[in-house]
Amino acid sequence: MNTRIALTVGPVLYYWPRRTLLDFYAEVAESPADTVVLGEVVCSRRHEMKADDWLSLGRELAACGKEVVLASQALLESAADLRAMHRWADQPAFLVEAGDASALRALAGRPFVLGPHINVYSEPALREHAALGAIRWVAPVELGLDALALINPPAAPVAGGPGADTPIATEVFAFGRLPLAFSARCFTARHFHLNKDDCGFRCIEHPDGLLLDTTEGQPFLALNGIQTQSAAQHCLIADAPALRAAGVRRARLSPTAQHFGTVTALFDSVYNSGADALAAAAELDALSLPGGLVNGYAHRRPGLERMPA
Amino acid sequence: MSASTHAASPPPRKPRLVCPAGSLRALTLAIDAGADAVYMGLKDATNARNFAGLNFDLAQARDGIAYARSRGREVLMALNTFADARAPGRWFTAVDAAAGLGIDALICADTAVLAHARDHHPQLRLHLSVQASATTQEAIEFYRERYGIRRAVLPRVLTLSQVEQVCRHSTVEIEVFGFGSLCVMVEGRCALSSYATGQSPNTAGVCSPPSAVRWEDGAGGVSARLNGVLIDRYAPDEPRGYPTLCKGRFDVDGTRDYALEEPTSLNTLSLLPQLMDMGIAAIKIEGRQRSPAYVEQVTRVWRAAIDDCAAQPSRFAVQPEWTAALGRWAEGQQHTLGAYDRPWR
Repeated sequence: MNTRIALTVGPVLYYWPRRTLLDFYAEVAESPADTVVLGEVVCSRRHEMKADDWLSLGRELAACGKEVVLASQALLESAADLRAMHRWADQPAFLVEAGDASALRALAGRPFVLGPHINVYSEPALREHAALGAIRWVAPVELGLDALALINPPAAPVAGGPGADTPIATEVFAFGRLPLAFSARCFTARHFHLNKDDCGFRCIEHPDGLLLDTTEGQPFLALNGIQTQSAAQHCLIADAPALRAAGVRRARLSPTAQHFGTVTALFDSVYNSGADALAAAAELDALSLPGGLVNGYAHRRPGLERMPA
Repeated sequence: MSASTHAASPPPRKPRLVCPAGSLRALTLAIDAGADAVYMGLKDATNARNFAGLNFDLAQARDGIAYARSRGREVLMALNTFADARAPGRWFTAVDAAAGLGIDALICADTAVLAHARDHHPQLRLHLSVQASATTQEAIEFYRERYGIRRAVLPRVLTLSQVEQVCRHSTVEIEVFGFGSLCVMVEGRCALSSYATGQSPNTAGVCSPPSAVRWEDGAGGVSARLNGVLIDRYAPDEPRGYPTLCKGRFDVDGTRDYALEEPTSLNTLSLLPQLMDMGIAAIKIEGRQRSPAYVEQVTRVWRAAIDDCAAQPSRFAVQPEWTAALGRWAEGQQHTLGAYDRPWR
């Protein structure tokens, strides 16, 4: 019997209207997902949800049996950004996912999650973070599964948490447009010839980001405010055996504006109920999610490639 | 210093000029042109300018250090990539080698590398690389408390007022970039290059690596590709730049433009009085991959500017000949104050 690969719904990386967000999470509450990561991780100017809104949403999801994690922003620039991070670090109800080194300092000494933008590229680096109290590690998206197996070896996983008696659980980014880069500059505002401080929140018009094509029409990247993503959806639905072999315990599904319920159900059926992976991959292909499917990173290839599992 | 000057507020500290050395030749020219310190890397993936024909073997490093030492200057070693999961020991060996060479400071980003240096070479001075993406005083404090860093290099995404904020609260020295290529993305948090080519600054010490570049002559002009991805296409009479991924022209919603960043260079000469006023400890010139001539001339200009500014901060003015000299070496022959000024904010 295969061990369950837990499913984590990653933070919504886009700016969605409050109503859309709440409807989205109502659907997530009924889904087979184990864990839900909440919070705004991209841009502090986005304000559809306040800290208290996230916390009350967290309580509702927890009441539905979901594990709730609050994520701190990946790029902190201002005193207000630091305060928002401390608001998460100081609340006792939910686990927090660290987005940068400021959060590592604030969270040290108690259990927390290492977010995908903390640079852990080797086993000794993971040990350094385990010593702080990390109990779960979301691997940087550009790492191959072979590297994950070396950094947190399935046969001898790095001990995590302040008590250091439970192994650190490896989580892999398994579905969605890849968060590839952050800037202080807002590329959505730049596209609309707007200043960042007077951006008109145009990113709310692009619920899956703003597609960037090459001059010959190849979908390449997606602009999401200060974040740059892959145009393609990274998708490891057919890679479950390789994930298990690499010691991956959790898979992160990054929210999409359309069909996310179907995505979650398909991943659960393939990872945890023995459904046919290729049929599920074909079903995902048929959804025509923007950008198509890739999985190169998992196979130590350029991220934009699609490799057979 | 005379007693009378003590009465006034202390004069701004003169920032140290830290210049790139991709080769022994560049190192000696930088020292001769007035660099207070040079930074260099070893010939492997342990540093973020891992290019063929660049960097130092141990014998060259020894020669370079001896040259700098004899003139009272410092040599810093960049060991600022992230240890590869398959062979992290190579990074630790490089730390040991750096300590053995007697370098003045090690510039690193990886907690594994920092921990090795702290545990095995406690006397070795550590600087936090820009690749560690520390944008707040609390992030810097994290690295000071755990690893004893003595200086932090700030990412190029912060505005001048944010730099000032960090400076005011920082318990370690602050170094900022003064001149050179501009990363519009936060350093150490950009995987665009590996998405297209499989190699990134974090994983291989390269961005948009030359091995992935292909130039094609066609009817529509010259195409620059990165692992097949069209980064830019130039009309026959257009100047061509190196196809760094984020500096290409792309289509967004029917508009073809530099969607991420224009090919310009950072130049903060005009901000020198403010930077000195904040107490910036060091100013870094980017460009270990550039020619020794670039290093020499850019160093010369910055040496003169820093000395001028320190002598008469209130009367400091950027000399036209400095701008002209730097302009020759700027990417796309254009300068920008980058995020420091932030016209797009």
